Amino acid sequence: MMQQVRTHPPLIAGLKELVKTPTAALMNLVALVAFIAILKPIVEWGLIDAVWSGTDGSACPQGSGACWAFIRDKSRLIFFGRFPLDQQWRAGVATALLVLLVAASLTPTFWGRKLGVAWAVGLATYFLLMAGGVPGLTPVPSAEWGGLPLTILLTVFGVGFGLVLSVPVALAKTSKLPVFKVAATIYVEAIRGVPLISVLFMASILLPVILPEGLTPGGIGRALAGIVVFFAAYMAEVLRGGLQSLPKGQYEACASLGLRYWPMMLKVILPQAFVIVLPAIVNMIIAALKGTSLVVIVAMMDFLGTTKASLADPDWIGFYVEAYVFAGLVYGIMCGAISWYGRRIEKRFVGAREHKN
Amino acid sequence: MKAGALLLGASNGMRLTALLRQRDVQAQLAFVALVVLVVWGMVQNAASVEGRDAVQSGFGFLWDRASFQLGESLIPYGAGDTYGRAFLVGILNTVKVAICGIVLSTVLGLMIALGQLSPSVLTARLCRLYIEIFRNMPLLLQLIFWHTFLIRGLPVVRQALSPVDGVYLTNRGLFIPGIVGHVAYGWMALALALGVAAAVIVSRIARQRDTQISAGWRAALVLVPPLAVFLAFGAPLSVDLPHLAGFNFKGGWTLSPEFAAMVIGLTLYTAAFNAEIIRAGIQGIPKGQTEAALALGLHRRQIMRLVIIPQTLRIITPPMTNSYLNITKESSLAVAIGYPEVVRVANITLAETNRSIECIALIMIIYLTLSLIISALLNLANARVQLEQR
Repeated sequence: MMQQVRTHPPLIAGLKELVKTPTAALMNLVALVAFIAILKPIVEWGLIDAVWSGTDGSACPQGSGACWAFIRDKSRLIFFGRFPLDQQWRAGVATALLVLLVAASLTPTFWGRKLGVAWAVGLATYFLLMAGGVPGLTPVPSAEWGGLPLTILLTVFGVGFGLVLSVPVALAKTSKLPVFKVAATIYVEAIRGVPLISVLFMASILLPVILPEGLTPGGIGRALAGIVVFFAAYMAEVLRGGLQSLPKGQYEACASLGLRYWPMMLKVILPQAFVIVLPAIVNMIIAALKGTSLVVIVAMMDFLGTTKASLADPDWIGFYVEAYVFAGLVYGIMCGAISWYGRRIEKRFVGAREHKN
Repeated sequence: MKAGALLLGASNGMRLTALLRQRDVQAQLAFVALVVLVVWGMVQNAASVEGRDAVQSGFGFLWDRASFQLGESLIPYGAGDTYGRAFLVGILNTVKVAICGIVLSTVLGLMIALGQLSPSVLTARLCRLYIEIFRNMPLLLQLIFWHTFLIRGLPVVRQALSPVDGVYLTNRGLFIPGIVGHVAYGWMALALALGVAAAVIVSRIARQRDTQISAGWRAALVLVPPLAVFLAFGAPLSVDLPHLAGFNFKGGWTLSPEFAAMVIGLTLYTAAFNAEIIRAGIQGIPKGQTEAALALGLHRRQIMRLVIIPQTLRIITPPMTNSYLNITKESSLAVAIGYPEVVRVANITLAETNRSIECIALIMIIYLTLSLIISALLNLANARVQLEQR
């Protein structure tokens, strides 16, 4: 395919590709028919017959298409949950800030002291905006945080703290010291053998039992603890792969320079390992974003939770297809965006690295 | 290790003190001490929490009588049976939904993978679209959607949707024709197992003598015994069609909305991942392999069977193992839609008995065991397909 010299303009070449062989032509025809058969009702339902505005369920009588008026009416609830209505801009700005920080952190060029400062300032601003409590910003208790900001909070901090926890675990797993190696192996294998929901149950039900009173975190904190413990085990495995794929010469060079263990790890080995595992970490972010939807089961109001909650309005009964399709679209766009960003980074950094070596 | 050193007389005592001076050893001892301290503190705290004492804790409650019903079960179960039996029902339901999901998602995944690699550009695009849509939406969202659709979108029993005669789709469940059970089927299963064993033994003996038995003979060895049993019992085969009786359908097989939603959701979601694994496996084989096989004069079908598929299996077995493990673990999401599998049973039991530590421990032990069994089975399969490394 690569060596083929294109003599035709792209459109004609594309058409020729469609009828290259009789089998291909036939299959293309079948696929086209199937595609139209699937797409036509969807387009009719979602666009042509759809109802775009209205104030209650009577705007969308039986037999009409998708009732996007429902989503429009409920969008505040779906996106922000119970966050006070006039303060929702704060949750929006804070979440956008968090997403920007993460996007910057995924680019190895930005790795350095400045990024640390940016995170410190950004996090302070984030919590100030979310929680309030200073003059001009009314306090919003964390129990009222919900919707998309909560989903993104759980994802970002879940993966963030998970990465922090995964570094010592991965080092312990590759260590020669038996106690650390065994402890890390037990932790990683036990967590990877059980479902996320059981870890979330453990965090939300067991933490209050085994921790002394006063030390038990609130609802979000407990859910976050479960997510961190769960994804850290997977990320430790990813990181261990990265550590083991580094050539031995790197370790030997450090030893010949007289570097001790920690400077060697922090300055030479880990930065390289992180670049190697970056694509896997991006996949982890996608898995975590989808995984956070499980907090619904422990009665938290994340994006899926608020979507479900929007269905309880007696003015709008029975628009579950619209609600779930919309939520699915939002999740799909977010996951798609992350994987697109991940592929871009991979091309620029991981590929470049492999070329040089 | 350290205790052993202590016992070995005075000269070793000095070696022990020297050992204890090493920073590595100090760090490990400190870590162990810390873990012991934290666990001890947690146990103390758990014991001091109201309503828990020595009499109440432990797994003895599994023999107590439970007062809840479960929606569906493979073994007889009713309120008044023990909690232990309820957990057994949960395990069987988990295994049931996991096996259905594994089989169907593999078949669908294979079809989508082949579609992606087909010469038809449009088919490939359509398959790609499927993958992008289904793997980027959280599984829980899909499960809740299918469950809501099956109980709210389907008609009531009186106006049941019947795409094919004998199949009825209602908001109470899906009713499909079933095969009436017969004693012969148990014996046929036994005969099948014996047949498989015979085939394995015979081909092993043949391999030791450096000969091969043909696929036809092997198939005969596997299939003839159950067929003989079937005929010996007088070919008992009758299909039971569901029919309307009173307010619900009777007869045939019933798939509850919960079970159907689980199977549909798990299959559609995991098929997207399996398709990618299989596609990568097929594409991972260098083109030179096909060309070399062609140069040797093999037919298309021979190339597929002797060159491509064995090598593809080698590549896809480890990631497919992971995928199967994921299905088993993700079946736990059924708790959100009320399908009575392990987590759901544990949840109800927890609410009834307040044994949070025991119930969560049971969930973890059960899933760890299931994971271990699946990975052990698939590791066996993996050992068979892998190349003998020097």
